[in-house]
Amino acid sequence: MNEIKRTITVNGVNLHVREWNPEAQPTIVMVHGYPDSSHVWDATAKLLAKRFHVVVYDVRGAGESDAPKHTKAYSLEHLAGDFRAVINEVSPDNAVHLVAHDWGSIQSWESVTDPEMASRIASYTSISGPSLDHTGYWIGQRLKSGKSSEYNKVVNQLVHSWYIGAFHFPGFAPALWNTGLDKLWPSLIARVEGGVEALPNPSQRKDGVIGVRLYRANMSQRLTAPQEKHTTVPVQLIVPERDKFVTVELLDDLHKWVSRLWRENVDAGHWLQLSHPQLVADRVSRFVDFIASGEDDSEAPVALRRLQVGGPRKKYSGKLAVVTGAGNGIGRETLLALAEQGADVIGIDIDPIALDRSIELAQLLGANAQAHVMDVSDAAAWEAFDAALEENKDCPSILVNNAGIGMAGPFLETSTKDWEKILGVNLWSVIHGSRLFGQKMAKAGRTATIVNVASAAAFTPTRTMTAYSTTKAAVRMLSDCMRADLADSGIRVITVCPGIVNSGITDRSNFVGQDEAGENQKRARASALYARRNLSPKAVARGILNAIDGSRDEVLVGAEAYGLNWLGRFAPKLARRIARYDLAG
Amino acid sequence: MSTLSNEDLTGFRDIQRLAYDCAEAIAADLQPGVSEKDVAKKMESWLMDHGVDDWFHKPFAWFDDRTAFDGFIGFKHLGGFNPAFYPSNRRLEEGMPYILDCAPSRHGYTADIGYCGVVGENKLLDRLMDDLLEYRVLLLDQVRQRLPLADISRAVDSLCARHGYEPRHKAYPFETLAHRVELLKDDGKQSHINLAHFGLRNIRELATSGWDMLSGGDSPIWNSGKRADHAPTPGLWAVEPHLGFRGTGAKWEELLVVTETDAYWLDDDVPHVRRWQSRGIWPMEKVA
Repeated sequence: MNEIKRTITVNGVNLHVREWNPEAQPTIVMVHGYPDSSHVWDATAKLLAKRFHVVVYDVRGAGESDAPKHTKAYSLEHLAGDFRAVINEVSPDNAVHLVAHDWGSIQSWESVTDPEMASRIASYTSISGPSLDHTGYWIGQRLKSGKSSEYNKVVNQLVHSWYIGAFHFPGFAPALWNTGLDKLWPSLIARVEGGVEALPNPSQRKDGVIGVRLYRANMSQRLTAPQEKHTTVPVQLIVPERDKFVTVELLDDLHKWVSRLWRENVDAGHWLQLSHPQLVADRVSRFVDFIASGEDDSEAPVALRRLQVGGPRKKYSGKLAVVTGAGNGIGRETLLALAEQGADVIGIDIDPIALDRSIELAQLLGANAQAHVMDVSDAAAWEAFDAALEENKDCPSILVNNAGIGMAGPFLETSTKDWEKILGVNLWSVIHGSRLFGQKMAKAGRTATIVNVASAAAFTPTRTMTAYSTTKAAVRMLSDCMRADLADSGIRVITVCPGIVNSGITDRSNFVGQDEAGENQKRARASALYARRNLSPKAVARGILNAIDGSRDEVLVGAEAYGLNWLGRFAPKLARRIARYDLAG
Repeated sequence: MSTLSNEDLTGFRDIQRLAYDCAEAIAADLQPGVSEKDVAKKMESWLMDHGVDDWFHKPFAWFDDRTAFDGFIGFKHLGGFNPAFYPSNRRLEEGMPYILDCAPSRHGYTADIGYCGVVGENKLLDRLMDDLLEYRVLLLDQVRQRLPLADISRAVDSLCARHGYEPRHKAYPFETLAHRVELLKDDGKQSHINLAHFGLRNIRELATSGWDMLSGGDSPIWNSGKRADHAPTPGLWAVEPHLGFRGTGAKWEELLVVTETDAYWLDDDVPHVRRWQSRGIWPMEKVA
């Protein structure tokens, strides 16, 4: 793809502009931040230029553009004027799609919230650069709230923005850039961003030194006397969760200012376009395609529709969770807990009536919920489900492999068919789900979590539940191995080991080696035991959500789970001895 | 008490209608901002104005998540005695579910009713209130089959599990799904002693039956426990299935007449039945 260079002059300031594929439509204009130049976009621009007309330019003071001497020349009004001049030149007739990062994003809010520019900007993708006016309001409202938790958010953001204060000290930043920070910069980014290869930028020293004027010209004035800035331009926020400079909470109030807002949190650091150019290109094209289509927001591709922000954010807003065995017990409660916290949910179960009920309840909690009836032990069914999601370019952030059946009875009377059935539901389903969705999650560039529901029966042997305990011990080991293997792909694996949970599992358990009357009697006895223990599926769901939010790899639910775990680890001989008794009688 | 005369049944039906009239009258006046205590007090004076002379329990009102007895005060705390049902200072807001529950006596006849609603709209509450129909059908069907009360209570638990609800009547004293209601003597007095919102005479009846139960008699409390593992005892039962789902609760409560061989609801002309009729889901033949 040929790069075309040109210079656009605004009030005597020459701006260095580069563009690709000028014959294509629509036009995407990308604005860089501090202390970068337009080269920060190179990788992303080349990917997008396959389909779009792509334009980047060096902001005044950076790269090959002129650098006016006065700090005042770097005010947001001037920067917005530069942007207007550039788009009038590169796309005089059609509105452009704007993509901006860091200070580029901060200055672009000025244009996006300008009513006169609304017809010139078709959409705005903002990465790590909030509007200073919105931020001023955000801080003001939190300080006025009188709540210490809200104060903490402000303090947290100020700590992340330490360098802004430092930049206001005369000579501080220039001295750093002039004493070798420019040379160190690529390796510093690589260190901070974890493995990102930033090419040495020939104008790094100048970009660093001059760009400080951006902060000095705008920060204190806008933050202390913010203006109300609304916009009707559709805005897509891409929020890198590991950003060391902008905190995620800062954007929580944005829906008050932006009428059409989408937001996606991604697992990346501040320089997203360097670490994940493909991800940025994918998100920008999806958004541009949708906005250009002119479709109603409710017609957006499902993965995009999920990201639309309609009100206050909930913990799992914008995420898709898939739960197997969602028709009852632990699966249903987990599905509902995730739905309640804002996730879109897909429930999987073999029983359509029970599953429909779970889905209806999830919808009553305000969630976007879907039923998918399938046999989780069937590899082909998993492939088909995966293909259906793939068609929508959709991928879950959370997969809960919960589906399971119980089985009890003597080993010698457990038939091959019995074994195949329980291995299929309890073990193969976990393998199928984790393998297919693990692959998708690894590609998606978001933090993802796989939760595998094992059992306290995985800890110690028992003569009465050979098949069940075997599958659950296998799920536990599978999870331990997967955790080690998938850590590098950003996928967390959580094992859940509940004790005797009154989930209705006994009603669906097989008691092998019994005639029907005997099986019913055994079932009634087991159900009574589970009811007496009365450990609720809700408690397990709570444990699962705590684990997703926290950092624990293995969650035990119920005193008996802790007891059996202890027994299996510290008194294995005793555990083997106890295994010989039929405790459930 | 197994042979109630038609006159007695009319007396019970009248007091049950009065109690529901009270709930409907107070509900029609509910405005955001009132507290549970205000509402409970209003119900009490409305009923006293209409000739009520004693209580099984004085009126209760619950708003918002208190309709589901959510939080710490749940299943088994405090040995089965749950102070959460006393009216609090919680104030009503638009869209909040509420429950009004009162059990007045007049001339020796006692009713115990539960009424729920919302100011504005609450889809979840609508779902719960619709689903409550299945419990009314299931209960009557199984009592007619003369299944043991504990089994019926467990069938209610299973239906709750299938619906995805919690049986919140288990938060009542003794996890009560239903309790006996006895005919008291009409002594002509205008008021009677009550203790901590409960009418002494009615509680004494219950305690006496409880005492008899220990020497082999039937349980005056109908729950999933061992003591209720017997065929339905003839007489009057105030049945009160109470469903909870994540901070929203709903219930109805009405008198069931049990005879030696059959059973029927004392009155089908009650607000929740009229609501089901208007929504086109009543009558329902059998629970699926």
